[in-house]
Amino acid sequence: MAPKKLGLKQRYAHMTRGLDWETSYQPMDAVYPFDSFEGIKIKDWSAWEDPFRLTMDAYWKFQGEKERKLYAVLDAFAQNNGQTGISDARYANVLKLFLTGVSPLEYQAHRGFAFAGRHLRGVGPRVACQMQSLDELRHVQTQIHTISHYNKYFDGISEFRHMHDRVWYLSVPKSFFDDARSAGPFEYMIAIGFAFEYVLTNLLFVPFMSGAAYNGDMSTVTFGFSAQSDESRHMTLGIEVIKFLLEQHPDNLPIVQKWVDKWFWRGHRVLGLVAMMMDYMLPKPVMSWKEAWEIYFTEAGGSLFTDLARYGLKVPKYADVATAEAEHISHQNWAIFYQYTHAAGFHTWMPDKAHLDWLSEKYPNTFDKYYRPRWEMWAEMEKQGKRFYNNALPQLCQTCQIPMGYTEPGDPTTIAFRCSEVDGETYHFCSDGCKDIFDGEPEKYAQSWLPVHQIFQGNCGGATVPDVLNWYRMNVGADNMDYVGSPDEKLWNEWHAGKVRDAV
Amino acid sequence: MTVQIKTIDLEPKRHTFGHIARRLGGDKPATRYQEATLDLQATDNFHYKPLWEPEYWHYDTRKTAVVMEDWYKPLDPRQFYYATYNISRANANQAVERNFTFVEERDLLGKLDAALKAKLISGLLPIRHLHWGSNMNMAEACQRGYGTAVTAPCIFSAGDHLGMAQIVSRIGLLLDEQTGAALDTAKDAWMNDPAWQGVRRLIEDTFVERDWFHLYVAQTLGVNAVLLDLVYKHADAAWGPAAVPVAMLTEFMADWRAEEGKWSDAVVKTVAAESEANKALISGWAKTWIDRAEAAARPLATALLGDAAAATAAADAARTRARSLGLSL
Amino acid sequence: MAQIASITLLHNDDARPIIEAILADNPGVRVLNMPGAVKLDRDDELVINRASVEERLGRSWEPQEIQLVLISMAGNLDEDDDHFTLSWKH
Ligand SMILES: [Fe+2]
Ligand SMILES: [Fe+2]
Ligand SMILES: [Zn+2]
Repeated sequence: MAPKKLGLKQRYAHMTRGLDWETSYQPMDAVYPFDSFEGIKIKDWSAWEDPFRLTMDAYWKFQGEKERKLYAVLDAFAQNNGQTGISDARYANVLKLFLTGVSPLEYQAHRGFAFAGRHLRGVGPRVACQMQSLDELRHVQTQIHTISHYNKYFDGISEFRHMHDRVWYLSVPKSFFDDARSAGPFEYMIAIGFAFEYVLTNLLFVPFMSGAAYNGDMSTVTFGFSAQSDESRHMTLGIEVIKFLLEQHPDNLPIVQKWVDKWFWRGHRVLGLVAMMMDYMLPKPVMSWKEAWEIYFTEAGGSLFTDLARYGLKVPKYADVATAEAEHISHQNWAIFYQYTHAAGFHTWMPDKAHLDWLSEKYPNTFDKYYRPRWEMWAEMEKQGKRFYNNALPQLCQTCQIPMGYTEPGDPTTIAFRCSEVDGETYHFCSDGCKDIFDGEPEKYAQSWLPVHQIFQGNCGGATVPDVLNWYRMNVGADNMDYVGSPDEKLWNEWHAGKVRDAV
Repeated sequence: MTVQIKTIDLEPKRHTFGHIARRLGGDKPATRYQEATLDLQATDNFHYKPLWEPEYWHYDTRKTAVVMEDWYKPLDPRQFYYATYNISRANANQAVERNFTFVEERDLLGKLDAALKAKLISGLLPIRHLHWGSNMNMAEACQRGYGTAVTAPCIFSAGDHLGMAQIVSRIGLLLDEQTGAALDTAKDAWMNDPAWQGVRRLIEDTFVERDWFHLYVAQTLGVNAVLLDLVYKHADAAWGPAAVPVAMLTEFMADWRAEEGKWSDAVVKTVAAESEANKALISGWAKTWIDRAEAAARPLATALLGDAAAATAAADAARTRARSLGLSL
Repeated sequence: MAQIASITLLHNDDARPIIEAILADNPGVRVLNMPGAVKLDRDDELVINRASVEERLGRSWEPQEIQLVLISMAGNLDEDDDHFTLSWKH
């Protein structure tokens, strides 16, 4: 007689939940030394619900199969020289920003979830965190393997590891993740598991990756969507964590609310880079940042926060400001990078007429009024040989580390400045959101490794821009500056001319 | 009609990333293992000291007493990165499925007599908790360690231990007609049976070790080489007529030990060879944990096999192994 | 405003039977096509039934296999042997 088959839930419970035990030869507080200082109160870890009940055998099976499929696509892409079939070589610049700015965060997530996967006291969340740690390692490694092929042909990719630890704008994503990694395990789970995975990664991986497909990059869309299937598990872990903390003790609510507010705003600022990638850097745009924000924050986030309201959790502070900023942020970021193109590891350009028209259509409230005239003026200056560069080092926000270029809520013509004074030092911020975060933990954010301060202190290779670029290992004239006139453009035109000749 | 000659020049501008080329001593094609591993962890310009341990950065070489000039020396001879790791485990697991199906269809465990079943329940099943403890230790070595070359295989190892804990759990479900009662009894043995208390004390003591490489040595040379080898390698005689089905159902563990041992041996050997100081530290750790594991294994071996000879055999094999890695015990 | 339960799947052959099962079993479901992906939204709840997928697939199918074609989702998940449900109901 074959034994009766267990249901998924029972099987998972037997195979996982009983593994843990209450230690008696060592005190539990010594075994788990890091999970109490944040003030979170857990009465009963066994109340944790596992939404995805993956045992390791199923994990290996599904993940192994996903990897076989993904690497088959990567191999085919390389063999067929898929890089010649993308919409335009400008597209490669999103990959540069992705590999230098995002992939190292996947690595950080891998190590951070290993920390949570060891140091949270309950077996259920620990197993989920360990699988996520494995997944995040997958993400960084598959991203490297995908973009490795582009690195063979395009500039600005080769020094991604070196640059991530040093280049001024890459301190924005780096400090974001260092912030989460240096927080306690519960805050880390809310920061990355909930705020980032649940609320914000969709914006990065769904419309943007769909854009990769639309621009002919079959390898990137394959890793993107394949990674995102792991993200579904991660989002589910994130929502489970927040519900669990809120259910466990009413005293957890104000702590969690503070973290949700903080990490929503931190994430919003980092994703401004993605906004710019979607609106400006995809030669064939697929969905505007504003549309993506409506679907993934207003609509999806709305459903989520309605659900969490029964625990007393409120929509993150400044969500309204962020929504209003969705009309502006991609344009303001592109303006920053255009002005500082000499110090950036990817190319910039002014959009062509068709792209400007698309932006006008997608941003009827703001684009023609505030941004299109400036773009047309800058394009005109380029034509006259007076391309606009900003040679002054910018002041950076102490919290998000973005140059102070964002405008006042409700007044897109005035740059917003905020400041706080601590121990006789004045600290500057781009927004109320960033100021609040600093004011909540000034001892933490006073430590920020601010690139511009570091340059002035002589810690970045020297006092001049060439010294600093050299220290960044930036290949001047190839990695930086405008797309027009770049080696990338030259190579692309050669390929294209070759194709035309072949077709004759 | 003329034949078109392909004129597009597709000679690569470069073959690999800058940090990889510097390691290879020039711009040459690199393997996927190399590109996915070398210098991947951030090393510089961190922003904030961790609230939970402000004396260190989150990546900090000072979290162990051993010192390496370069933490990318201890490479993985298996050259695992995520894809190759998972595909290898997915394949191994197909054999596990076949073996379970074979044993289930013939009801090889269900028809054992009650005394032997009870022995498997109290003598074999509690090892799932040792795997879980080992999983905690490898997750700790991953999160606390330095350099992707060592830390990435540590999370793979953590996943392996969870997988093995679950394989043992499935054996339990075969023994109790899928009720879970056997697993409860086994947990009680883990918590209270004198035969297991030395083992439990040892693994709980490793949980509080905050030097990650010390922990790595305790886990790989103490727990794996003595305790897991005792149960999976030296205890066949304990299972009598169940020895063959047990060997089939734990085949994964036997293969895993042989494979992971190659990696952990290479890591210990490389780090010990770095300096006399490293060698002295690691030798001391290895001696302590092999001796402790032997002491913990003795009552377990006695309960399973009637005397402690198998514990001594496992510990001696671990000592020989440690010496072969350049350690002096 | 209604809460939206949502699932995004790869737009490929492997996912097609699942997409069809969703369309059949969830009245009022809304479809958003994107390059490479399809997003399916429904007020309050969206269900994938094992039986419906198996009918279209012609073989046995476990809800966990959805991992292979899943891109994203929204709603509280309840997964068991015979269904995969995303819901905001309590
Ligand atoms: Fe990820
Ligand atoms: Fe993730
Ligand atoms: Zn800011």
